[in-house]
Amino acid sequence: MAEDIKKSEYLVEVKNLKEYFPVKTGFFKTTPLKAVDGVSFNIKPGETLGLVGESGCGKTTVGRTLLHLYKPTGGEFYFDGELVTEKNIHQLRKQMQMVFQDPYSSLDPRMTVEDIIGEPLDVFKLYDSKGDRHDKIMDLMQLVGLNAEHATRYAHEFSGGQRQRIGIARALAVNPRFIICDEPVSALDVSIQAQVINMFEEIQEKLGIAYLFIAHDLLVVHHISNRIAVMYLGKLVEIADADELNNNPIHPYTLSLLSAVPIPDPETARKSQRIILEGDVPSPMHMPSGCPFRTRCRYATEQCAQAMPELTSRGGDHMVACFNR
Amino acid sequence: MDMQNLKKNPFSLQIDPAKFEKATDDEKRQQDVMAESTTFFKDGMRRLFHNPLAVMAMIILAILIVVMIVAPMVVPYSYEEIITVEGVRDKAATNLAPFEFSQREQAFMEKYNVSVFPHIMGTDELGRDYFIRVVYGARVSLIVGVFASLMVLLIGTLYGAVSGYAGGKTDMIMMRIVDILYSLPDILIVILLAVVFKQTLDFSNIPIIGKLGTNMVSMFLVFGLLYWVGMARIVRGEILTIKENEYILAAKSVGASPAHIVWSHIIPNCLSVIIIMTAQEIPAAIFTESYLSFIGLGVALPMPSLGSLANAARSGMQSYPWKLVFPAVAIILIVLSFNLIGDAMRDAFDPKLKK
Ligand SMILES: Nc1ncnc2c1ncn2[C@@H]1O[C@H](COP(=O)(O)OP(=O)(O)OP(=O)(O)O)[C@@H](O)[C@H]1O
Ligand SMILES: [Mg+2]
Repeated sequence: MAEDIKKSEYLVEVKNLKEYFPVKTGFFKTTPLKAVDGVSFNIKPGETLGLVGESGCGKTTVGRTLLHLYKPTGGEFYFDGELVTEKNIHQLRKQMQMVFQDPYSSLDPRMTVEDIIGEPLDVFKLYDSKGDRHDKIMDLMQLVGLNAEHATRYAHEFSGGQRQRIGIARALAVNPRFIICDEPVSALDVSIQAQVINMFEEIQEKLGIAYLFIAHDLLVVHHISNRIAVMYLGKLVEIADADELNNNPIHPYTLSLLSAVPIPDPETARKSQRIILEGDVPSPMHMPSGCPFRTRCRYATEQCAQAMPELTSRGGDHMVACFNR
Repeated sequence: MDMQNLKKNPFSLQIDPAKFEKATDDEKRQQDVMAESTTFFKDGMRRLFHNPLAVMAMIILAILIVVMIVAPMVVPYSYEEIITVEGVRDKAATNLAPFEFSQREQAFMEKYNVSVFPHIMGTDELGRDYFIRVVYGARVSLIVGVFASLMVLLIGTLYGAVSGYAGGKTDMIMMRIVDILYSLPDILIVILLAVVFKQTLDFSNIPIIGKLGTNMVSMFLVFGLLYWVGMARIVRGEILTIKENEYILAAKSVGASPAHIVWSHIIPNCLSVIIIMTAQEIPAAIFTESYLSFIGLGVALPMPSLGSLANAARSGMQSYPWKLVFPAVAIILIVLSFNLIGDAMRDAFDPKLKK
């Protein structure tokens, strides 16, 4: 631990991450689609950073770019003080893993659970013998709450919740320190969601893993995260402690997201106003100049069209990218 | 908003936990009981054998194959020999009807009081046993069908896999070549190639292959060169969709090498399509072989093929209709059985049709 602190307080440091996808717009023409455009954040060991934003804002792309599943267009990513590059990513995959959004397409239908969970063990030769491999897989299945007797089953025989547990066991197989959870519960029933979220928390408590927890549901994110980052069209617009963000949201986009969360008490609900955003999300191919949110923002001014506001501190860790709030 | 309450019950908005009871251990155990485990292959096989048409086709095919293997051992005639009685060629034993004996044969039987093996399908215009010729013809057709579709399998899968996995520009160029081949009138090309190969290639001094005859070898070549395009397209399409699956990304994210990904994720997932395609390719090849032989471009004489037998029977169609019926029925049985099996395999193994 002492060494960690010397290097850096953070396990994960992302600086100005960019991912542009070339999109064919003509016969010979490609235009960059700015799926992620200058995202920076840090995560401490054992901490959970929630990442929220509406569909298509680039959350998945952030996760996949960090793991070099897409080649990053720009920016730096330090893992435990070490710059992640094409060269060392293979070894670093032992330390960071990913749980995928879709529990159906993320498991190979031709493989048994045992082989799915065993794949990372095979890749990194993390066992001494066949028996050792089997034991490790059994332990992992136990850890995520799967019946070990089902090791020889195929993925299609399991329910969505169970499949997601298989995916988590696969991510845990290499004993990572950081897991990117890409909307791991959004494809599940609400009742199953709670179980799976609780399991994520238990595992974090047991193993001290840091999470980047992606979701579009603020309730879920608020429940599991220490801090929350709000993303809009490839950019972070606000990042703060979970409770701070909830009690004192500043960015107009965060305000609208929070106002969309259903409120249990009808009395409070009547008093609070829903902020309904006008207009559609602009296409990431034709981003508005300056602040991407200005086309739907009621505080927008001339200045917003000129330049993108930087994330600036509004007291402590609470960072907001807005000129007018 | 009351966040303290939310923290405790994150989903209380949608669900009221008070309304739920905890599951008893017994109920939990029930949840664990799952259906009988099946592998993809077992499951497909089970469905295949539950399809009565497929089972019937397999039985018919099995009988035909047994006949093809056993008949040449049992029947004392050869496909190229004119019937001889007591060492003398029986010139009158031509165009006999099924189970008919020639006069010489009858005399021979009476003289020695023995029985001569019957001509189950009669004899042809040169006095050769027709049954054994049909059996050999069916053999040829089957061999051509199986080998031709194996060639298609090999070339098509390789080409399609490279194109699909490489993607981008490579894929573009490779697929345009396929498009060009696809747009050619295939029967015309088959005929042209068959003619060219027949004239230019000589395999007679190569062991084993030479025995098959130049025509048969060139037939394999024709099929292989022409019909792989369909296979290549299907395999490529399949690989493109498989590549998009998150489990490929998942394999990359756990550090698997491209070779590992191709071998243990991509190939197993498109294997069923390849097998189904091959099974459907066999009848097509048999059909084309018969067709080519019928127009005189098939296997070399005196080797019979079902197509050339049918062609030879054409001239005497009015007097000896059975000579057209036997090879035609054989073609129909073989092609139909393979088609039914191929279709049944597609239904049984195609995961997209799975409920
Ligand atoms: N491989 C790719 N090639 C081109 N464009 C892509 C690719 N992947 C994502 N995009 C685009 O990048 C943008 C962000 O996509 P991304 O999947 O990261 O969104 P998301 O926030 O995860 O959305 P969701 O909540 O629906 O999962 C989208 O406009 C999407 O169309
Ligand atoms: Mg996503």
